[in-house]
Amino acid sequence: MIRLERRPQASRLWAAATPLVAVALTMVAGSALFGFLGKDPFISIRTIFWDPLFGEFAWYYRGQLLVKAGPLILIAIGLSLGFRAGIWNIGAEGQYIVGAICGAGVGLAFYPAGFWFIFPLMIVAGAIGGFAWAMIPAVLKVWFNTNEILVSLLLVYVAEQLLASVSLGLLRNPDGAGFPGSRNLRQYEAASNAEIIAGTGIHWGVVTALLAVIFAYVLLSRHMLGYQIRLAGASPRAARFAGVRPNLLIVFCLGAGGALAGLAGLFEVSGPSGQISIDFNSGYGFTAIIVAFLGRLHPIGILLAGLLLALTFIGGEAAQANLGLPASAIQAFQGMLLFFLLAVDVLASYRIRLGSPEAA
Amino acid sequence: MTDTLLAVDGLTKTYPGVVANDNVSFSIAPGEVHALLGENGAGKSTLVKMVYGLVRPDSGRMEFAGSPYEPASPHSARASGITMVFQHFSLFEALNVAENIALGMENPPPQRKLAKRIREVGKAFGLPLSPDRLVGELSAGERQRVEIIRCLLQDPKLLIMDEPTSVLTPQEVEILFETLRRLRAEGTAILYISHKLEEIRKLCDRATVLREGRVTGICQPSAESVRSMAEMMVGSTLKTPSRRPGTPGATVLDVAALSVAPASPFGTGLKDVGLDVRSGEILGIGGVAGNGQDELLAALSGEVRVVRGALRFHGNDIGNFGPVARRRLGLLAAPEERLGHAAVPDMSLTENALLTGAVREGLVGRGFLRWNRARAFAKRIISAFDVRTPGPASAARSLSGGNLQKFVIGREILQRPACLVVNQPTWGVDAAAAAAIRQALLDLAAEGAAVIVISQDLDELVEISDRFAALNGGRLSDARQVAGLTMDEIGLMMGGAHDLAPGNAAA
Amino acid sequence: MDLSVINPAVLAASLMVAATPILLAAIGELVVEKSGVLNLGVEGMMIIGAVSGYAVSVNTGSVFLGFVGAVVGGAMLALVFGVLTQVLLSNQVASGLALTLFGLGLSALIGESYLMVRPPPVGDLSLGPLADIPGLGKMLFRHDVIVYLSLALVGGVWAFLRYSRWGLILRAVGESHDAAHALGYKVIRVRLAAIAFGGACAGLGGAYLSLIRVPQWTEGMTAGAGWIALAIVVFSSWKPVWVLVGAYLFGGVAVLQLNLQAAGVEVPVEYLSMSPYLITILVLIIMSTGRGRSALNAPADLGRPFHAPA
Repeated sequence: MIRLERRPQASRLWAAATPLVAVALTMVAGSALFGFLGKDPFISIRTIFWDPLFGEFAWYYRGQLLVKAGPLILIAIGLSLGFRAGIWNIGAEGQYIVGAICGAGVGLAFYPAGFWFIFPLMIVAGAIGGFAWAMIPAVLKVWFNTNEILVSLLLVYVAEQLLASVSLGLLRNPDGAGFPGSRNLRQYEAASNAEIIAGTGIHWGVVTALLAVIFAYVLLSRHMLGYQIRLAGASPRAARFAGVRPNLLIVFCLGAGGALAGLAGLFEVSGPSGQISIDFNSGYGFTAIIVAFLGRLHPIGILLAGLLLALTFIGGEAAQANLGLPASAIQAFQGMLLFFLLAVDVLASYRIRLGSPEAA
Repeated sequence: MTDTLLAVDGLTKTYPGVVANDNVSFSIAPGEVHALLGENGAGKSTLVKMVYGLVRPDSGRMEFAGSPYEPASPHSARASGITMVFQHFSLFEALNVAENIALGMENPPPQRKLAKRIREVGKAFGLPLSPDRLVGELSAGERQRVEIIRCLLQDPKLLIMDEPTSVLTPQEVEILFETLRRLRAEGTAILYISHKLEEIRKLCDRATVLREGRVTGICQPSAESVRSMAEMMVGSTLKTPSRRPGTPGATVLDVAALSVAPASPFGTGLKDVGLDVRSGEILGIGGVAGNGQDELLAALSGEVRVVRGALRFHGNDIGNFGPVARRRLGLLAAPEERLGHAAVPDMSLTENALLTGAVREGLVGRGFLRWNRARAFAKRIISAFDVRTPGPASAARSLSGGNLQKFVIGREILQRPACLVVNQPTWGVDAAAAAAIRQALLDLAAEGAAVIVISQDLDELVEISDRFAALNGGRLSDARQVAGLTMDEIGLMMGGAHDLAPGNAAA
Repeated sequence: MDLSVINPAVLAASLMVAATPILLAAIGELVVEKSGVLNLGVEGMMIIGAVSGYAVSVNTGSVFLGFVGAVVGGAMLALVFGVLTQVLLSNQVASGLALTLFGLGLSALIGESYLMVRPPPVGDLSLGPLADIPGLGKMLFRHDVIVYLSLALVGGVWAFLRYSRWGLILRAVGESHDAAHALGYKVIRVRLAAIAFGGACAGLGGAYLSLIRVPQWTEGMTAGAGWIALAIVVFSSWKPVWVLVGAYLFGGVAVLQLNLQAAGVEVPVEYLSMSPYLITILVLIIMSTGRGRSALNAPADLGRPFHAPA
């Protein structure tokens, strides 16, 4: 019989190693899944994980890597602050959508003017949009003690309807011959989030994501607020004893998460995606949850995890194009990754012992 | 009493790094009250858990009523006729008395029949209980009654009682002893676990003394002195804390008409509490668990804000101050629960030093943490209070109860409080650490601080406090000078003087 | 706009149909939470139930086997969560989210080949003369067997929790796992059983969606139903009867907004479509403010991990 024995202290080695073990296990299980779907497991794994980085078309894919990783990292950093404090914002997808709508809306309001301040203003609007959307669960939790998990998640569906409404109405391209969707912001220079260095995929969202990583790192390891976030997550009662104000943390963590998700939405709509449309959102807000956990809620870990998940996205697209692997296979693959991570996580705080169990 | 009911022979149980029980043997005769004596961590709990089937021994054997006894679970222990009353009750607050009792029985009768039997047995033993009440609404004494009736309904041959008096007032202890003596007269054997020597001398026929997992003596308590048993239990004589009598100075903390809502659905709120404590004195606050102790500490530490005017510190109103502002003024606190309230289990000692030391020790500058200073502060606590640990990077969870408690108390004392409030400072702590902590509190008062000690250990309060008050149902009695106070008077204060007679207690 | 097309009897009948998937998922989750476990993966288990029920019934031509497949699929996915949280002691919130994310991905993958297929039809249960009562008959007595099963399940869960020994043990485990362990009850096994039951119910609810309510397989077709089921458990203060009330209330809102859409009310479709979610949030607010009473009913050890002390 296997039994678990609590370590007196969490193992740092295992804490760092578990994500790697999880990735390895997922690759094994994923191969089996792809084999089951009738694809050569080895070629599938190579197409997803190797070719985009080192294959023939790596010059294209490497740029795409940052384009996909940017929003994932940005959102995951925001989520990780809340998760650390035991505040579960799982509605980043909604905050992402609302940020995009607000940012794009501000940009389109100036169309076709060419002022320099339009794009900066859009960034502010995007952040405010996401922040405001996240304030709904925050304020409801502070005032009425509602469950932020359910409220933030339900608001995703509301945001999706809002998105449908504006793409068909308020923000619809007047010159679009009645098709749903807004003007393409990439063709409106003052509102466009263009590549900073051509061909690299680096746009302002990627830069912001890196800044967020640094900011979160300093906050969590050096600042009192970061200490309080960790305290609240590790032991809410001790946190109150220490003088942490729980409501302040709820507003900060949800607010920061919302603002970062909103920024991610804005950078996406004004850059890679280009326009507000009914199916503008592509699940970054949910995948970012996996990124946050895979990165062990640590900023540097999230940076690496974001790159890895971005790789599965573009590798998945490549596998879809070259091998006919269904897009949903990648989604299942990502979900599996989170499962394995949670399963092996136990090694960090517990020792596995073989032997007779206690009579229980 | 020549025959043997339970024989324990050479039981050994090892946990990683600890030998909880090392070759323990003893026996109990039918109708005997047998004491298992030892200080915290001596291995009493592990031993009875093995008898009750919760833990399986590594080696050794047991015999019960003449046949080999190897309980695989509490179910088989109960089936053999062994029942147990836990120190931390195995009760469910949101379920009613009858449901709680049914859960502890192997073959409970239908609810209505069970309710009738609860009333009958309660009447027969002088333990009245209403089967429909939610356990969460009962006092600690009544809860213990639920556990005892649960055992009695199964006609046990052996009843195990783990530290049963720790939650009772002295008067309630007398009622309990009465019940146990009646059980003994009816032929039920009782295994009585305690570290309180006086009550063992009063009640028990024989005693097995445990120290560090080994049997260090078997004696007849009535023939021994408290001192000789203490030596068997502790190994050496402990010096009692020394105190320098001084004259108390000015009032530091003044509490008036303090009312606080209960912290949990089944908690006890504070009602119109008033107290004052002066510089250089220790105010002891006694009372049975669950009478508002946690709420009082939370109201004083600042975790719960209270109305204006209820708290005055050096004459200034601090009712709406939070914990940080109160610490800045010099009002410090150490809660009862070490893991998860006074300290964070999974954080290092350095991070735990930061928990309350941030303001007074200057561990934060412009919002940024000064890790070097925090580490130095943790090291100072570790060396000044003899905390046994590899270093400040160790997680709080890895420390033993006594060492972590020394760290928690030391962390507050080293911050030179003007007033320190502690709740259960030596609960679950080994004797040496307990003595060190009590001495540190006495020294702190001698240096001019005002100290409030909330505790359920009356001996401790009598030993170190200057004045004594008792919490009962969220109300605080008037404080009285400890010198000249008898145990009987203390019991009356704790009981709130209104539910003393056994018949009234359930009302 | 023509509100006269809305027929109250038809509305009430379709209300029951609309409410059934959520009712099933919620009553299952109630049992899980009563045992002290918070499984946020209801959405994932529902959609796996939806797709596996659909796939099985298309392949076998039997709706009954489809529902069996959904129950098994939901329970199996739930047990993955069970092993993670009960044996490997993973965080329950994270594991529940993982269940939902994985369920959505896997169901899309399985459902790939069933996108354009139609399932076998389901006949309504004929309740003889009752079904012919004018008005009332159409409203209450002309439904498929699952509608009645869901109602029976609510009654069954209520009686189980209230009167049975195992129900008492389940509540005890949710109230204090330490005390239950000290009395010798197998906390982990009780919880695993509850989790599997919750998964089976959610799976059944999902299959009801894909086989009867819609009936069609589309990706992500549960559209938040699992989350609404979770909210309904909070709304019910963990009481089975109130789960029924909550689910039917929600079903009413869902059906009404669809009818209003059909009637061409001058409110944009999108705003009507978001109304069920907004109303669920509103209900959560109302329930959370009136704490005290409902807090008493919440299992005290809900969401806390249990590691047997050695």
